[in-house]
Amino acid sequence: MVKLIAQTPCEGQLPMTIGDVTLTEVVIQTAWNVAPFAGKEADVSKALEAQSGVGFPAANRMLTKAGSRSIWVGAGRALVQCDGLPELSGLAAVTEQGDAIAAVRLDGPAAEATLARLVPLDLRVSTFKRGHTARSFVGHMAASVTRVGAEAFEVMVMRSMARTLVHELEEAAKGLAARA
Amino acid sequence: MRLKGKGFPDQQRSVPFTFDGERMTGHAGDTLASALLGNGVRLVGRSFKYHRPRGVYGAGSEEPNALVTIGHGAAADPNVRATVQELYEGLEARSQNRWPSLKTDVMAVNDLLSPFLGAGFYYKTFMWPRSFWEKLYEPFIRRAAGLGALSGDHNEDRYERAFAFCDLLVIGAGPAGLMAALTAARAGVDVILADEDSRMGGRLLSETTEVDGKTGHLWADDVLAELRGMDNVRLMTRTTVFGAYDQGTFGALERVGHHKPRKGDELPRECFWRIVAQRSILCAGALERPIAFPNNDRPGIMSASAVRSFANRYGVVGAPEVAVFANNDDAHRTARDLIAAGVKVSALIDSRDDVEVKVDAPVFTGARVVQTSGRLGLEGLTVEQGGRRHGIKAGVLAMSGGWNPSVHLTCHMNGRPVWDAGIQSFVPRDGAIPGMTVAGAARGRFSTAACLADGAEQGAAAATALGRKNVISPDVPHAEGAAYRHQPLWAVEGRGRKWIDFQNDVHVKDIKLAAQENFRSVEHMKRYTTQGMATDQGKNSNVVALAVLADATGRGIPETGTTTFRPPYSPVAIAALGAGAQGKGFAPQRFTTSHAASIARGAPMIEAGLWYRPSYFPATGEKTWREACDREVQMVRSTVGVCDVSTLGKIDIQGPDAAAFLDFVYTNTMSTLKVGKVRYGLMLREDGYVLDDGTCSRLGEMHFVITTTTAAAALVMRHLDFVAQALRPDLDVQIVSVTEQWAQFGVVGAKSREVLNTILDKPIDDDSMPYMGCADVGVAGVSGRLFRISFSGEHAYEVAVPARFGDSLYRLLVANAEMFGGGPYGMEALNVLRIEKGFITHAEIHGRTTAFDIGMDRMISPKKDCIGKTLARRDGLVDEGREQLVGLKPAGAVKQLTAGAHLFDAGAVATRENDQGYVTSVCYSPTVESYLGLAFLKNGRARHGQTVRLVDHLRGIEALCIVCDPVFFDPEGGRLRG
Repeated sequence: MVKLIAQTPCEGQLPMTIGDVTLTEVVIQTAWNVAPFAGKEADVSKALEAQSGVGFPAANRMLTKAGSRSIWVGAGRALVQCDGLPELSGLAAVTEQGDAIAAVRLDGPAAEATLARLVPLDLRVSTFKRGHTARSFVGHMAASVTRVGAEAFEVMVMRSMARTLVHELEEAAKGLAARA
Repeated sequence: MRLKGKGFPDQQRSVPFTFDGERMTGHAGDTLASALLGNGVRLVGRSFKYHRPRGVYGAGSEEPNALVTIGHGAAADPNVRATVQELYEGLEARSQNRWPSLKTDVMAVNDLLSPFLGAGFYYKTFMWPRSFWEKLYEPFIRRAAGLGALSGDHNEDRYERAFAFCDLLVIGAGPAGLMAALTAARAGVDVILADEDSRMGGRLLSETTEVDGKTGHLWADDVLAELRGMDNVRLMTRTTVFGAYDQGTFGALERVGHHKPRKGDELPRECFWRIVAQRSILCAGALERPIAFPNNDRPGIMSASAVRSFANRYGVVGAPEVAVFANNDDAHRTARDLIAAGVKVSALIDSRDDVEVKVDAPVFTGARVVQTSGRLGLEGLTVEQGGRRHGIKAGVLAMSGGWNPSVHLTCHMNGRPVWDAGIQSFVPRDGAIPGMTVAGAARGRFSTAACLADGAEQGAAAATALGRKNVISPDVPHAEGAAYRHQPLWAVEGRGRKWIDFQNDVHVKDIKLAAQENFRSVEHMKRYTTQGMATDQGKNSNVVALAVLADATGRGIPETGTTTFRPPYSPVAIAALGAGAQGKGFAPQRFTTSHAASIARGAPMIEAGLWYRPSYFPATGEKTWREACDREVQMVRSTVGVCDVSTLGKIDIQGPDAAAFLDFVYTNTMSTLKVGKVRYGLMLREDGYVLDDGTCSRLGEMHFVITTTTAAAALVMRHLDFVAQALRPDLDVQIVSVTEQWAQFGVVGAKSREVLNTILDKPIDDDSMPYMGCADVGVAGVSGRLFRISFSGEHAYEVAVPARFGDSLYRLLVANAEMFGGGPYGMEALNVLRIEKGFITHAEIHGRTTAFDIGMDRMISPKKDCIGKTLARRDGLVDEGREQLVGLKPAGAVKQLTAGAHLFDAGAVATRENDQGYVTSVCYSPTVESYLGLAFLKNGRARHGQTVRLVDHLRGIEALCIVCDPVFFDPEGGRLRG
């Protein structure tokens, strides 16, 4: 019996450390886009929370609990990552997205400055705190940007753009490191 | 020459550099300008138009004369201001706009011809014959007049773009800027302090004045140390805020690598910052203006403030003997500083009568400089006082006509500055830029004490406006607070040209000529004379030019008005604005999961939108793409081929109203589709023209997945979102792109089912997977989807798995296809296969064709409404005379057809008036063994069997063609159902 081999979007490209920032791939096992039907947001949130510990996030927020996450990714939409999604039929459109996304985490004192080369958002910790997320751009790519720690961010783009994402982050980090 | 013990440059640390190939030595901390002066070099460049010898005029970014090229080859940087360029070891500088050398410049003949070359000369002279302009006059003028040149080679330098945010942006770090930043920062405001200089402190670095009992620059260092220690402060040196834009956004340019020797290629040369601030304070200071007197442009004639900067900050002076000419008290300060530094001041010429001068040098009050001498550098000057003339020896003349506040940024949003008679200059209009206030010399408060107090006050006001409570104004340090005493003096009468705009070679007579020829409006004068249109944007010349124009037209300066200042404040490299977009940085690259496998097989990749797709897969011995393409087509038609179709848009549509929504966006009915079935669909734009086509599969009662063409994937997604949000918010439906989730492969040909059955967990047959069926399937143990659809006319499937398994499945499918005599095929073969079947792509549905034109008007269901239905019924869109889709086959001696060619009646002349249509797609079909074409032909469906003439005017190809049905192969579709 043949078996298909899985590859991650950034296979063979990460991790790397450049100056004061480390880039690592965030391997996504399962993820769903959850989009509640009209008037069903509260029911969806309740069902999600009962199963995974995280409800439906408010706009520009990420909820996390014990390995489960729900990240706001647009009006009325969340990306939910957890073991096994609860039954939501009739409540929300559930779409598999675990293979659609390339996700990279930036860690280190230079993480914010690296993203400041690519993301046109105010990422200062005073305004963009841990658990804050936004739909924006990384260079020319549509992206989801989330602060996951004091010196840590996660960016998500379309899977097919993984190579460009790594390249752009690498170039930004190199230019920054060369100033030191 | 160097002044011992003066200035900041570390005189112990020598820095070697070259100027026009000559080896010289400066010190760490020098600019190129100060290093050149330190080496006794006064002649640095040639002027733009008359090629007059010129030297350093200023000491900052306003420098009009001392423009040089740094470096060589592709990395050469032209038009760098020597006063901004910091010295580094090995710096190579070259003078510009001269030939064969700086000292002997052939084009200086222009200067002798100057009586003929005044303002308006070009407009009057090169008018006719008209045809000479482009080929003769313009190239000649461009060669003769000009600045530095680019190498013409591809520049590999790295540039950078970045974003920054703050509560308060303070622009300029002189006494006002430092106090403003300090006051706001102490109140907890998030501050960015940006300054164009390599060191912060502004004029405090160049003057000997004391602040709080300390030398000015030491006080500045103390303030900077405090600011540096605060988390809420960001200091940006070498950063010019060059433009003010909407919503509190500022453009700024940081010089990152220009001041260092090149090491590797990773350090950006420049960074283009977009800074967004809730409030801003402009503390840009003021610029000293020249006085227009005869031959006031010789190398060695400099602004007085620059002479002080060079002496006090850099410890250099351009010559052993210096004269000073001014209409204000700064003259006295300049003379005193120079004498204190041990420099001989040969004369102090003050244009005012009633001043008391306490300077130990020959003093001429109520006097003017009326002439200068020295061809390649100032040697002497003639001073007129009370009708008597005196000859003075001097290698440097420090001149000051007063000060102009740097109002530039306040004009960037159309705010005009206002005239202040007290300082005889323009000051910013309040509220010219939302959220911006102006402090210090930039609004005409010139003394150090006034700057410090104003900065503190504006800083506190900004902090309060930002909602900070209990803002404490710090004690304003004690400093000199002398009033600004001056008397206007714009131009001095006398023989010779009196220069105003040094960079564009505009003198007093040019402006008078403009007025005489009735170009009296300031805007007309500017364009007639080109005053203020050089790269320095009239920083030095503007107010003097207005004063001369006002005088010539008999009006006052406020009535004359001023031209405005636009961004950028100082030149910005296009490379910085386009940072990161060189070469492939222009756009993201999208790669399919089969990319590596395709490359491994030697497939040339072509771009399809942002995607990269294999063109063809060359086999051993094949020399051209056609050989590979023909083989791949025959392979698909005889056995089986595998093709990555993941790039097609895939959109998941779910919800209680999903079916109703699809009925609304597709011309045909999707609500009647049964679960497990697929239907071809056509979408129209609201104007009735075709938007896109694709398939619609029903996965569940409330769950569909549709496909779009690769090219229109984003367009269709946007269209559907718009429809759902704006046109049909009543429908409960959710739309999510799943293009990236699934790797999808076409398995095409008579053996396709056999290949699939080698990998499917449960084999399929015609009953379990009939034509236009779809189902969830297990693919080698992975949950996938299977669609029985075809874009080739063959028995074919598309199989999809989560993208992580794409690479693995593709390799497996190709290997298994090869066992059946098949293999991979690329875009070329895919195109031939679809043309043979008459299937359309965006070559046909290019935005100007209707469902009627492509023969699909019956797909617009009469039983329901849909987007575009009403407008598609317009008479003009269903007229039989419209160009309709047809097939073409060669019928004459020429067998080649070309896309883009136009069609004419067989006997007609090939002119626009006789045009009958055009060819959209062509291929050579190994199946039919002929060239085939798809075309749009007037009334084409009624003309099958006729002969038309194909003419490709561009390629020079003509062919006779038979018009036929666009389906060339298997018109009954027997192979599809296999």
